[in-house]
Amino acid sequence: MKCSDFLHELTNYLDGVLDKPTKVELENHLSWCHNCYVVCDTTKKTIEIYRDSQLYELPEDLRTRLRSAIMTKCQQHKKRGPESV
Amino acid sequence: MGTIQNKLEDPVSDELTLVRAAKQGDDSAFEELVRRYDRNVFRIAQHITQNREDAEDVVQEAFLKAYSNLAKFQEQSKFYTWLVRIAVNEALMKLRRKKPERTVSLDEDIKTEDDSLPREIADWSPNPEQQYTQAELREILSKTIQGLPPGFRTVFVLRDVEGLSTEETAAALELSVPAVKSRLLRARLQLRERLGRYFQKRESGDGEQ
Repeated sequence: MKCSDFLHELTNYLDGVLDKPTKVELENHLSWCHNCYVVCDTTKKTIEIYRDSQLYELPEDLRTRLRSAIMTKCQQHKKRGPESV
Repeated sequence: MGTIQNKLEDPVSDELTLVRAAKQGDDSAFEELVRRYDRNVFRIAQHITQNREDAEDVVQEAFLKAYSNLAKFQEQSKFYTWLVRIAVNEALMKLRRKKPERTVSLDEDIKTEDDSLPREIADWSPNPEQQYTQAELREILSKTIQGLPPGFRTVFVLRDVEGLSTEETAAALELSVPAVKSRLLRARLQLRERLGRYFQKRESGDGEQ
């Protein structure tokens, strides 16, 4: 397996959707190719950091305000009839 | 009204129960759907628009659109996937209005395959996120993802932040599965490379290893 082949399969590998023989081949490549190991490891970290980041959380007060605005608009829409949006 | 609240046990079949009740005109059922997904829609919207006020508008517009088109929802996909599709379209429309000089679409930014080959292969320090305060880290992550083209960051957010499957992401964005996979790979690699500027192992100085 070449580095470009490894890279091609990286997303499938990280998502755990590779068939067994490809996975074995890929892990064999990772065991000796330091560059690909680093790319794989730091890409995995990138995903984890974003997943755990709680970026753009909706504050509770804003959440309540938005929900109330949404439901008011929905009720207005219901009164006016289906052609209003 | 109370009957809906009592059935909130199995999230998947329960979602359909809520959708059907809402279709029959039960607004409390729809409100429950809002409560269930408003945080997700807000996150997705802010990731795409990169602007909080726009994200607030998108949340309102997406739910209102879902409410007014509920009768057209076929129940062949999950309600959430359908809602995400509406929200992504609303968010992209906001971007287009703001940047009329640039085409903003999920189809842009198709480049040659080799643009995704990593140029920077330096390793990161262990637990790099701990070098920064929570606020600094959020700033770094936000700035870094802003640098990605909208089509890439949308795929990344749906797949890796919101946890939609590849198929659900493809359905929500009306893209093919290979297109989602290819964008996801490039988004992940570009983010990795950009974050490396902040997280790279420092070679100089204090007697490392």
